[in-house]
Amino acid sequence: MAVLSTASVRAAGPDGARRRRETTGSTRTLISSAQLNRRSGKIAYRIVLTLVIVVFTLVFIGPLYFLFSDGLKSTQEAIATPPTLYPHHIYPSTYVQAWDRVDMARLLWNTLYYAFGALAFQLVFDVTAAYALSKLRPFLGNAILFLMLATLMIPSTVLVIPQYVTMADEPLLHWNLIGSPEAIWLPSVANAFSIFLLKRFFDSIPTDYLDAASIDGASRLKILWRIVLPISRPIIGVVSIFALVAVWKDFLWPLLAEYGYSPTRESLSVGIWQAAYGATPQNLIIAASAMAAIPTIVFFLIFQRNIMAGLTAGGIRG
Amino acid sequence: MADVATLRKASARQSAPSRVTTGRFGQKVRRNLSAYGFLVGAVLCFTFFSWYPIVREVILSFQKAVYGGGYTWAGWVNYDRIIHDPTFWLAWRNTLEFSLLALVIGYAVPFCVAILLNELRHARGYLRVLVYLPVMLPPASALLLFALFYNPQYGLFDDILHTLHLPTSQWVFQPGTGFISIAMISVVIASTWMNMGGATLIYLAALQNIPGELYEAAELDGAGLFKRIRHITIPQTRLILIMLLMLQVVATMQMFVESFVLTNGGGGVGDNTESVVMLMYQYAFQLSGSSNYNAASALGVMLMLVLAVFSGGFLWATRERRA
Repeated sequence: MAVLSTASVRAAGPDGARRRRETTGSTRTLISSAQLNRRSGKIAYRIVLTLVIVVFTLVFIGPLYFLFSDGLKSTQEAIATPPTLYPHHIYPSTYVQAWDRVDMARLLWNTLYYAFGALAFQLVFDVTAAYALSKLRPFLGNAILFLMLATLMIPSTVLVIPQYVTMADEPLLHWNLIGSPEAIWLPSVANAFSIFLLKRFFDSIPTDYLDAASIDGASRLKILWRIVLPISRPIIGVVSIFALVAVWKDFLWPLLAEYGYSPTRESLSVGIWQAAYGATPQNLIIAASAMAAIPTIVFFLIFQRNIMAGLTAGGIRG
Repeated sequence: MADVATLRKASARQSAPSRVTTGRFGQKVRRNLSAYGFLVGAVLCFTFFSWYPIVREVILSFQKAVYGGGYTWAGWVNYDRIIHDPTFWLAWRNTLEFSLLALVIGYAVPFCVAILLNELRHARGYLRVLVYLPVMLPPASALLLFALFYNPQYGLFDDILHTLHLPTSQWVFQPGTGFISIAMISVVIASTWMNMGGATLIYLAALQNIPGELYEAAELDGAGLFKRIRHITIPQTRLILIMLLMLQVVATMQMFVESFVLTNGGGGVGDNTESVVMLMYQYAFQLSGSSNYNAASALGVMLMLVLAVFSGGFLWATRERRA
């Protein structure tokens, strides 16, 4: 199991940079600083740097520019041939129309409700499970952990059909959860990767802390709440971000589980796809897509450090 | 009070004066009970939404629906039916095509970008944010935007081609079912734009862990830029390159949303961007009006087996050098 630890990556960044500055002349990366400090090297570096910044901005921000500006066009302008590069007449009302017509308020609310509900369920059930597996070590605990981790080997989209059939008629209970928010919340608890990350972190907490609290008469729940959770804030942050982003970005499962109700129970992604599938004008679709993208962009810009660090903590798994 | 660690240490050493057996037994029972109390939510969720569906998928694939509800055993009927469906082979071929194109286009690009970004001394934070930004967008937003760019009437891409006096294209709706079709390449481009950020940042982290001395030594030995990449960068990041290669193939073989949104749920002209997971979805929810979960499950079992064999074979083939 090859997992880069967040800590080592974070340490390598600033540390490496410092070393580079201290010992100028020694090769840190592919191209040595000496080579770059030469006149020709400096010029070449400047050219490459400018090119990279321009090209990357065009490739990655360019499409976003159209995502936001096309929503300001009128319906006629949005489907004009050739397309206009900027809205010649600005219609902010397109956003208002899209908000009403695609029912963005409800879609946004649904998605937030699904995402934060899934987060709450995952935090409660996965944190307690990881704590039990890590610190209480019950009989058959390792077998349970193995069975959980084994589900990482099963490609997720392959399972949507039996998941749907099971969800429509829960065994023993005969509940139909399709169309309810639980259809998104509960499966998100069955996330072996969160449990793995949490358990690995809990394993690193010295047992002495917990024993000391235990001697002082703290119950296990209190130990979890007062000692384990405050120490584990970083990993809980990572797991929370993963949980929110996963629900926000998921498409196939909400399409199966929440599609076709009135009033709509769809998530944002499915909702704007359905609007595009129907006969909604092009400029309204793009305006709706832009509005769906805004919360994720804001979320990313606020938490970018944590998100990118969490990615290297959890990106590699095998 | 429950002093778990002392108890465990004591029993491990087997020398400490033991308490009354029932007391220790009681402690153990209580510890197990509370542990299972903590575990019950997750275990139930895994049972109902993960473990049971895995088993259920295999069961469903060998059953058929009975008129009036319920299922009965049907042997290999579903498998027999789907392999005689011409779309079945087309979907597999398309999925393979998508995976291969995504490897050609989408596998090398993040690595090259990471190498490039790692050489830059300025604007690194900005560029990292740029590369990762599309990953955060809801896939439907990003894909509907690409659908707009690809539109043959008012799309930006055709306009650019037109301005450059190049022949225009129908992009995702370009007919043609050759193995490497324009339609599939269009899907891969959108998919790569959306997804490359994650791999890029993982490679960047790996590149930063390569000791600088190695490059210095190679340079003293007269190794040029490409030799340094070939003999230091690649071997040093080999483990991650291999891992991401496998994960990418497993992920791209499950392609669904890209083609589904870009072609408006259709699968392109003559199904030339129809993927296996899309076909599974259509078996279950669309095809001929009646849903057939059994055929869909049979297809799901096949995909699961193919991916398991691929992953196992891949890990086996790369095992020695990975140590």
